[in-house]
This record gives sequence, C-alpha cells and structure tokens, in this order.
Amino acid sequence: MYTQGLLDHSEETEETPEFLAAFQKRIDQEEKIEPHDPMPRAYRKTLIRQISQHAHSEIVGMLPEGNWITRAPTLKRKAVLLAKVQDEGGHGLYLYAAAETLGISRLEMTEQLLKGEAKYSSIFNYPTLTWADIGAIGWLVDGAAIMNQIPLCRCSYGPYARAMIKICKEESFHQRQGYEVMMTLAEGSKEQRDMAQDALNRWWWPSLMMFGPPDTESSNTDQSMKWKIKRFTNDQLRQKFLDAAIPQAKRINLTIPDKNLKWNKKLNNGRGGYSHGPIDWEEFWRVVKGGGPMARDRLRARKKAWDGGKWVRDAATAYARKVKR
Amino acid sequence: MSDHLFSSILELADDHLILGHRLSEWCGHAPTLEEDLSLPNLGLDLLGVATSLYSFASKLDSKCRSDDQLAFGRLEREYKSCLLMEKPNEHFGYTMLKQLYFSTFMEMFWENSLHSKYEDIAAVASKSVKEIAYHIRHSGEWVIRLGDGTKESRNKMLEAIYELHPYTDELFHMSKCSKQCLRDGYLPDRSKLRSSWITRIESIFEEATLPFPTISYFHAGGRDGIHTESMGHLISEMQYLQRAYPGQKW
Repeated sequence: MYTQGLLDHSEETEETPEFLAAFQKRIDQEEKIEPHDPMPRAYRKTLIRQISQHAHSEIVGMLPEGNWITRAPTLKRKAVLLAKVQDEGGHGLYLYAAAETLGISRLEMTEQLLKGEAKYSSIFNYPTLTWADIGAIGWLVDGAAIMNQIPLCRCSYGPYARAMIKICKEESFHQRQGYEVMMTLAEGSKEQRDMAQDALNRWWWPSLMMFGPPDTESSNTDQSMKWKIKRFTNDQLRQKFLDAAIPQAKRINLTIPDKNLKWNKKLNNGRGGYSHGPIDWEEFWRVVKGGGPMARDRLRARKKAWDGGKWVRDAATAYARKVKR
Repeated sequence: MSDHLFSSILELADDHLILGHRLSEWCGHAPTLEEDLSLPNLGLDLLGVATSLYSFASKLDSKCRSDDQLAFGRLEREYKSCLLMEKPNEHFGYTMLKQLYFSTFMEMFWENSLHSKYEDIAAVASKSVKEIAYHIRHSGEWVIRLGDGTKESRNKMLEAIYELHPYTDELFHMSKCSKQCLRDGYLPDRSKLRSSWITRIESIFEEATLPFPTISYFHAGGRDGIHTESMGHLISEMQYLQRAYPGQKW
C-alpha cells in the first residue's frame, strides 16, 4: 500500500519549467530529496534503475564468493567469508528497501532480474576459480565498489544516501579482509604466491571495467551529475582506484598485469597518478550484454533459489493469513 | 583426565562444525532474502561454538594438533558428529526441522553445563544458551508455518520428519568418554534430556499440526565414526585446500 501511494504521487507531478527549476534549486542547495517529495519522473526512473541494479549486484554478487564458503581453508576464513557474503545480502536488502520508497516493489525488481530484464554488475559473471579469487574480489572488486559508493553517501536522494553510509562501512571492512587474504597468500609458499598473482591477473582488468565506459561514451553521466546522484565521472573514479590499488599491489610484491602502466606527473591536476594501458572495451560490452562466462549460471542459480523457495513463501503467506483470522 | 575430556569436546565440536557447514551451504540460495541472512547467522553461531571447542580440544590433544588441524585434518572415520548433522539439505523444511531438533537438545545440554567443573565448558555454555534461544525460535516458527501452511508444505514437512526423526535418538547416547565426563562433573547426562526434549518437540509439532512419529528403529554410529555416505563428500569439499596444499598458512 505504501509503495502504491508513492506511485500515485509520482503520477500527479506536473513537470512545468517552474517545478523543474525549483527541484534543481533544492539539489543545488544540497537538500536531500525524500520519498514523499515531488520529483521529476526521470529522476525517479534513474534512481529506480540505479538502486535496483545496485541491489541486484549485491544479491548476484553473493554467488561467486559463496562458491568458496564450503571450501574455505580454516575455521576463521570460513566464518569471515560466510559473514562477508551475508553482509552482501544485507546490502541487497537495504537497497531494495531504498528502491521501494520510489514506488517499485521488491517482488517486481526480483522478477525483472530473473527474467533477465534488469542489469547487475557484470564483474560477477566471471568465475571464482581458486581461493585467491576470494582475496582478489575483496581487495579489487570491493575496492572498486567503494570508490563508486563513497560519493553515493552524499547522493541527493535521502534513502539511498543513508543506506550507502552503512554499506560503505561494511565494504571498507570487506576490502581490507580481501587484501589480508592476498597478503597472506603473497607471503606464503610459491604455490600460494602463484595463486595470488594468477587471481590478480584475472581480476585486474574486469575491476577497471567496473567503473563503466570512458566519459566520452557514458550516456548517463551528465544528467546524473546535475541531479547529484553521481558526483564523479567514470574516469575520475577509475583514476582514484588505480592510484590506491597499485601501491597496494607493490607492497605485497604482486605485479599489475599491464605493461603500459606508468606514473604520469600531469594526472590529478599535476599531483601525478598512474596511467593504464588500453582497456578491452569489446570484452566489457560482451560481458555487459550477457556474454560473461558465468552469466547464465548466475541467473540460473538465482532462479533455482527463487523457484525452489516458492513453496516456502507460499506456506508463510498462507500461515500468516490463518493467524490473522 | 584429558583423553576422555578431549574426545567428548571433539564430539561436541564436530556436531557444531558439520551442522554449521550444512547451514553455510544455503548462503545465496535461500527461499527469501531474509533467510539468506538468517541461515548464515545460524551457521556463524555454530561455527563460533565449534571454534571455541576445537581450541579447548587442541589444548588437551596428546598429538598437539591446532584447532584447524582438528577441524580440517582428520579422516572421515575420525569425525565423531551425530549422523543428524551431516544429513543433506534436501529442502528448506529439512534444514529447519534439523535445526529445531538439534537446538532444542543443545539448549538443555548447555543449561545443564552452566556449572560444569571444567571452566571452558561453563563459559561456552553460558554464551551458547543465549544464542540458541533464537535458533529455537527461528526454526520452531518455520516448522509451525510450514506444517500448518499449505498442503504442499505440510507434505514436505511430513517427508522431512519421516527422513530425519530416526536420526534424533543418537543425540541422547552416552559414549564411553562422555560417561567419564559425567562422573567428573564436566558434562551433563544426555540420556536424561530425552523425555523433556520429546515434550518440547511434541508441543511444537502440535502447533504445527504435525504428528509426532513413532520410530521402530533409530540410526546411530556417528560417535564411532560410522557415518552416512554423504559425510565423505562433505569433508572432501570442506578439506579441499588443506589437502591440496598441506601445511600452509591461510
């Protein structure tokens, strides 16, 4: 009922030039937009798309790391990984709740995901082949996610911004646990060091791709920046990630798999930064469009859990009705 | 004193590890997102208890094995967990019923261990009693919902009871080492908890409109390391890295 009310609200919004100007003024004054506030349809639509994609990414993202929970090597690693993957599920839950404040239900979003109509971060369509992948995902994938997500704590839409504050705290912990897994492997036997390097080789480029296409080709950036949904461009965020991750790799004696990597004094307004070699955007678009090696498996796993759990959800609904009576 | 105490603590630790491992298999595959969070929570509580128990056992071990070596370094016949723990998650109803059976038993077991003469046991009992109250509530509510939900869910619960109930009696068996621990005042008498356990489960089944079954033959053997076939697969997965790369730090 609550979501329905919000939907009606959005239908009533008349987007006169005065209304749009007043809305933009609120954004420019750094006011938070709240669920019951009038907002342009496109603002609502953009947020629903972005928050639901983010939520789906958290949920699908449970699968590659979940692949190693039953094979984690020690009691501590098993508990940490289980708790970490559980955190990702928790992030999904807050984010679905944040999206629901915009007038879409979790059920609708889930159905969009399962029908293959909704996108999620395509990094999760790569396979986790060794234990070191757990380290690499925490360090690089969560590390890249944090770069994207910290600015979202200041996003103009209140419920999203507030959800992101808690999420970022947990992601920062995840990033450190991933790096610690990599550090332990890098300090271990030759086999373990090789395992760590191999994982870095496989996850490095997909992690750089996580920031999306270059600014020259990103269609959603301008308007999202204007609405303060987004605060930095794809390339700016990618640069921050590079500058943070490269010294971390050096510190544990791992080699970034990019022969063209170099220090460039001109970057970051003359403060210097790392410039990278060419990113394989063909691979990026192939994976985004569903050609990732694990894309079908991921959706199949989600569908299996959802379809397989239908009888449980039906029973809970039936029982709740009986108790109500 | 240490041999029988070591073996008894290992029995308890194995119960928690194996059941915790089964719970962890659900993470990312549960029927609802809320259960994707709560099943790992249950698993984490159990793994936490297992970790404490393995560290106590490690201190008493004549072979000086670490907690991880005890958890990941033994052969199938050396695990002493009850058979109930390793039973696969055929469906969500199995998992919840198994959890209810185990948690109801363990709550009484830990309540009776609060004044154990072995301080480490008393400490873990005091922590676990608090956690387990939630486990009983969570699994018990699901057993009631599923038993009294739809025709399909009721049938699935009947199937789960038929499959799992024959494995419950082993919880009350007293191995040789646990009898010695009872005499020493370290651990409680499992066999005395049976009637109270039956009363508690009967009461939940009644609310769930599920029949309490009459079992003609109970299965046991885990305490002697005689497991079901699923156990070998469980530990071969769980021990994979420790076996493939022996003696390394993780």
